[in-house]
Amino acid sequence: MERVAVVGASLAGFRAVETLRAEGFEGAVTVVGAEPHLPYDRPPLSKQVLAGTWDETRLPLVPIGTTLDDLDVGWRLGTTATGLDVAGHTVVLDGGDRLPYDGLVVATGTRVRTLPGQPDLEGIHVLRTVDDALALRAAFERTPDRVVVVGAGFIGAEVAATARMRGLDVTLLEALAVPLERVLGLELGALCADIHRDNGVDLRVATVVERFVDDGRGRVAGVVLSDGTTIEAGVVVVGVGVVPNTEWLDGSGLTIENGVLCDATCLAAPDVVAAGDVARWYNRRFDEVMRVEHWENAQEQGAHAARRLLGRDEPYAPVPWFWSDQYDRKLQLAGRSRPDDEMRVVEGSFAERRFVALFGRGDRLVGVLGMNRPRPVLQFRQLIADGASWRDALAAAS
Amino acid sequence: MRVVVDFDLCESNALCMAAAPEVFEVRDDDFLYVLQENPPEELRPKVEEAARRCPKQAITIED
Repeated sequence: MERVAVVGASLAGFRAVETLRAEGFEGAVTVVGAEPHLPYDRPPLSKQVLAGTWDETRLPLVPIGTTLDDLDVGWRLGTTATGLDVAGHTVVLDGGDRLPYDGLVVATGTRVRTLPGQPDLEGIHVLRTVDDALALRAAFERTPDRVVVVGAGFIGAEVAATARMRGLDVTLLEALAVPLERVLGLELGALCADIHRDNGVDLRVATVVERFVDDGRGRVAGVVLSDGTTIEAGVVVVGVGVVPNTEWLDGSGLTIENGVLCDATCLAAPDVVAAGDVARWYNRRFDEVMRVEHWENAQEQGAHAARRLLGRDEPYAPVPWFWSDQYDRKLQLAGRSRPDDEMRVVEGSFAERRFVALFGRGDRLVGVLGMNRPRPVLQFRQLIADGASWRDALAAAS
Repeated sequence: MRVVVDFDLCESNALCMAAAPEVFEVRDDDFLYVLQENPPEELRPKVEEAARRCPKQAITIED
């Protein structure tokens, strides 16, 4: 293998490159990135950058144990891949350039989903890229009377928290009965709702946006809700999830099914691996085909995919792990919890806003959620990795 | 090598502890303790892995 192409210049692609070099690959590495930026870190966008405590110069990803220059990468930034010829080992770029490869890492990630019929008005924001974050921060700096955040998932929750901590009035809209219902279930979701309200956020659940109000001059003036009421706001942030960037792979021969379908080792096709938000692979540990949109997975899968390309065909079977900072609370979630799992608080309490909750399915421990309890989350994550039974997990907790 | 943690960035996610428990420990007080500031060279791969895994990029290694 002499030439590797990495399509996607964010965390997964970056870690793939770092790993290729660390494993001794000395051939040509070309990275194609749609954004005009070198790889940078996204989590601070909804936290420190939006809060105004960091500027964007702190975002670029840096390799460990070497320098960006020494990674010796050919960067094709501000360039979008438009097609792939798997048999012909060639990536097609916008503008018509063709990029031949011996090995390919697909790491094109996801992009924000918009609401049906969402108009193109000034004042309507999304948050995915550094440019989105800077635009939203500028909007916050103009101290709008109210910010409406649509979607109380992790991004919506963090944006609401950051806006609130900046002293802005915030209305947070959630379509389901509680925030994060699909991930945490009703009880924990209700706790998250309480925490938003504790912090002065106007949370409306079981509510969607019917339509946006236009001020007649191309700016948003508010939203009309499903219950008929109107909320006036000059800033509306839409955080209703993301969709994988796989359109460029239509007709390539790769199996596209809510992401790029891979086997247990992250292989999508001969000489093609996928990693990060775009990859859907068979995780043997959970006997489940999954696509994980979290930071740690992009990092670890990027590294694993690179090793796979170099011939190490071990399965990628992590216990997914995730964190979210909301107000002064830190949530950490490990495993694969579902809303209908049995949930048991084994340490602390909701009232203290500091606890450990375990998730069980049948006789297995499948997940752990900690709120401001990092050490036990790590310990239970290890138990999940070890295949601990529900009973053993509860015993370990006491 | 010298292990340096920026405690303004550290939020005790404890991924470093999973990667290099000989060097990093998050205790029950939820604070990170660096057990050895100058770990031996054979721990370098683990310490580098810990630095990579830190979601806040709070760990640097000085030679």
